[in-house]
Parts: sequence; structure tokens; C-alpha cells
Amino acid sequence: MADKRCTPDEAVARLQSGMTIGIGGWGARRKPMSLIRAILRSDLDDLTIASFGGPDVGILCAAGKVAKVIFAFVSLDAIPLEPHFRAARQGGAVAAEEYDEGQFLLALQAAAWRIPFLPTRVGLGSDVMAHNARLATVTSPFAGPDGAPPEELIAVPALELDAALVHYNVGDARGNAAFTGPDQYFDDLMLEAAPTGGRIVSVERIVATEGLRSAAGCEHRLRVNRMMVDAVVEAPNGAHPTSCDPDYATDDEAIAAYAAAAKSPEAWQAYRDEWLALADEATYQAKVHEETER
Amino acid sequence: MSEAAIRRADVCAVALAEIFRGDGEILANPIGTTPMVGGRLARATFEPELMMTDSEATLIADDVAYGWGDDKVVETWNPYRRMFDLLWGGRRHVVMTPVQIDPFGNMNFAAIGGTPDQPKVQLLGFRGGPGNTISHTTSYWVPRHTSKTFVETVDVVCGVGYDRAGALNPASARFHEIRRVITDLCVLDFATDDHRMRLASVHPGVTVGDVVEATGFELALPDQVPVTRLPTDDEIGLLHEVIDPEGRRFVEVADA
Repeated sequence: MADKRCTPDEAVARLQSGMTIGIGGWGARRKPMSLIRAILRSDLDDLTIASFGGPDVGILCAAGKVAKVIFAFVSLDAIPLEPHFRAARQGGAVAAEEYDEGQFLLALQAAAWRIPFLPTRVGLGSDVMAHNARLATVTSPFAGPDGAPPEELIAVPALELDAALVHYNVGDARGNAAFTGPDQYFDDLMLEAAPTGGRIVSVERIVATEGLRSAAGCEHRLRVNRMMVDAVVEAPNGAHPTSCDPDYATDDEAIAAYAAAAKSPEAWQAYRDEWLALADEATYQAKVHEETER
Repeated sequence: MSEAAIRRADVCAVALAEIFRGDGEILANPIGTTPMVGGRLARATFEPELMMTDSEATLIADDVAYGWGDDKVVETWNPYRRMFDLLWGGRRHVVMTPVQIDPFGNMNFAAIGGTPDQPKVQLLGFRGGPGNTISHTTSYWVPRHTSKTFVETVDVVCGVGYDRAGALNPASARFHEIRRVITDLCVLDFATDDHRMRLASVHPGVTVGDVVEATGFELALPDQVPVTRLPTDDEIGLLHEVIDPEGRRFVEVADA
């Protein structure tokens, strides 16, 4: 049985500049931040990031790693608007491909099912078409209700990723994994929308396969299986500073310090020097532990 | 109840409750402080079949509007993915807060100014605006009614208004309804021939002139504008003792 375990830096070595990368989680919740930090340590750039966006999007934009963001929203939850993302957009530094969040779900689902698009009413009458050149319209082959003319619908094209990065609570060395919090968001779809080779799962803890169901608490939570995964990273506290319910809550102080770093280039440089210019994830986590003890 | 004792936030909570009257067994999904209080007031009084969220992944039966603990009464699991099944199936009435709204109910909270490639002010993004408004009933909540929010033309149409919906194939627009806009000054609806926004009632202490001055476009004005329904003693009791005991609605809505 393949052992897919590796370090965050080894996992990120699978990625290349210019790739389209899907990032799991939602807002400031269960983001694969240990993998994001590994990207920040790498020489990757010119990335297209698809995300139900939070600090993952903002921090990559601030570090100059991003050419384009595919999004329906970017938010830090407690701080509704992501300041680093806003600065990048308002400065014209990153391009955008915008979706309604339900369209985003359909785009990932179409890619996962290997079909060219999924039809929906979502987007009709709104300006989302003007903000996303990939969206098109398609006429239903069927008559409308009560003999009305066929409906014209929005065709949401498949969002084919080159790689996907997600963070779960528990997994095994083979790539099976579970979420034990209230919501897995769209993480399984991100993995299914990415090709073999680029599917990376970090977990709070790795257990033996024999203990996986027990660690998950219930087989319904085992939503990721090894057919969907190429690399497994054990990353305790790896979603920090975002939450990983029920293991830990959002680190509000750390999020606030991160947000404050958007005030000026000097503030960002100071934040980057203190928190991101570290040798590896273990050094980051040791520093987080030190700050918490203080 | 005497006029002097009426607080503006309580009037707003009752007006927000009233938008759900007659909705029956659907998800009432008011987003924001006073909308959450109003939705729970509707369920605790005249609309008991409504289901409501904990703002996370469950629908809960609790009457209190926030701060639920492990003892919350969970009716069902409703994670984000499941919300799309619910909203595309139509069993939902959402309340969102616009940054801009126009005379026909087109709504923006995505960006202000600039271009799609470089907005002058990047806001949230389209979020669920297009899908919500084309799929089921929508209302809006504006905690501070000003001419910066009520504008002739919105910069980005996130939520679809009546003129845009009217230009679609009627089959595609058949689930579209903007029911009401509740603000700290008044209640607005679209009960006009061309669906232009209409002043339906003013809150106690507010004049028609106050609303007109705070609105950046021409409202439809009936000959007689009634005063918004006042809270009953029972409603005031529920708000104070059960639904919003910390008085968070008073932080969002100041008294005149």
C-alpha cells in the first residue's frame, strides 16, 4: 500500500508556476495554511487561485504569487472584507474571474464529473456575465412550463484545476480522510476537480487505517478516500490562524495582526519578516506556541 | 403602548418579522443582527412553521437570536452545500444588506467604481446575490437609510431587480420576488404598476420628507403613507426577555 506522507514543502514541490490551484475551506475556516506557507517559502508565482476565499487568497496576493483569483467572495469572517485582497484588486495587481457561489459549486462539480458545463438560472439578469468571460448561455432543448418558449440558461463551464490543497481533521497515510467539524464545505469537490498528481491533503493527525473510523467518530465523515489524494501532510494546527472545528477556533489576534499588515508596505514587510520568513512549518508552529504562552 | 416609549429598533424588528408573514414551512434566512431578531420574532408569534439557521451548519428551534451553546435544539444538518439544494428548490426567503440599491431593487455589494479588472473599491464579490434573487423570495435590510445606499443606478448588479427580471423569459423569472426593503426610517415595497420602489410606511417619528431626502431617486409615494405597525406588548416582552436579551438591536439601530 502506497505511503503518501510527506512534508508541506515536499507536497508543494509538486506544483508549478502558472498553475490553477483550488484551495479548500471557507472564509477563515479550515484553510490549508501550512501548505500556503510552504508556497510562500517556494519560488512559485503567476498562480491562478480558486477559493471560497479567506486569508489564503489575501496572503498569496500580498506576497505577489497570484496572477488571477477565481472567487465569489473573499472574507476574514470577523473582518468582513479581506484587506490584502482588496489592495491587490484596487491596485490592478491581480485579475479576477467572478462567480456567484452556487455557480462556483457547479463549475467544480462539472470538472469533477468531466462534463463541459452545468446549466442553471443563477446569473440571469445580474452583471456576473460581465465579470466572467467564461460564462455563456445555452438554450434548453425542452419547452418551458405550460408551453412557454424554452428557457435560456447560464452554462457554467467546468473549472478544471491543476492542483487542489485542502485541510481535514484526521486521515491515514494512504490518503483517506475525515472532517469532524460541522461542515466539509467544498473540499471533496476541489480534490475531484484536480488531476492525479496534484491533489494534496493536510490533516491535523494521521492515524492507522484500522483506527480511522473510530478517530472520525462515524463513517459518514469519511468523505475523502485515497483515490482522490496523491500526497498527505501531517500538519497539527496546520489551519492556523483559521479555525479547524472542533480542534481549535480562529486565532482572532493573529488574524487581526495579519489584517493590520495591509496598512502599508512597511507593515507588510515587518509581518512577512516576523511570520513568513521562517525555515519551515515546525518553526512557524513553535513561534505560534511561544506567542500563545506569552 | 405610548408613542414616547417606542424604540426605533423594536419597530424595525417587527417590520422585519412581518416580511415572513404567510411564508409557512420554509427557511427564513435573515442575515444580520436586527433581521435575525425579526425572523425569530415572526416564528415565536404568527409564523411558527419557519425554520431558521444558527448561521453555521444546522437549523435550530431556539427562539434566542444568538449565542447558542451545545444545548441548542438542532432540527437538521444544513451544511453549505445543502443550502444550494434548498435555495434552488425555492424553500427559502433571504434578507441581505445592500451597499447600493436602485428604484427597481437591483442590488450591489460586490464593488464600487472602476472596472471589473480594477474596481475603485473592492467589496465582498457577487456572493450568493444572483442565485438568491432568481431562485426565491428576497428582502433587504438597510440599517442606515441614506442617498449613498439608495441610488439611481447601482455599479454592479449582484441581486436582480424587477426591470432586469422583467426582461427575461417569464419562465426563467417566475421565482423572482423582492418582497420588501426595511430601513431604519421606513418600509418600502414594489407594489406599483412598473415595480418602482414605493414608500409603504414610515416608522413613528419619521416624515415622508425625511425618507425622500435620504433617497437618491424618485420613490412612488401613495397619497396617504401609513405609520409602520407598532410592536404589541407581547412582542416587546419576547424581544426583551427571550429573543434579544442583550439588546443588540439597539446597537445597530439608534433611537431618533
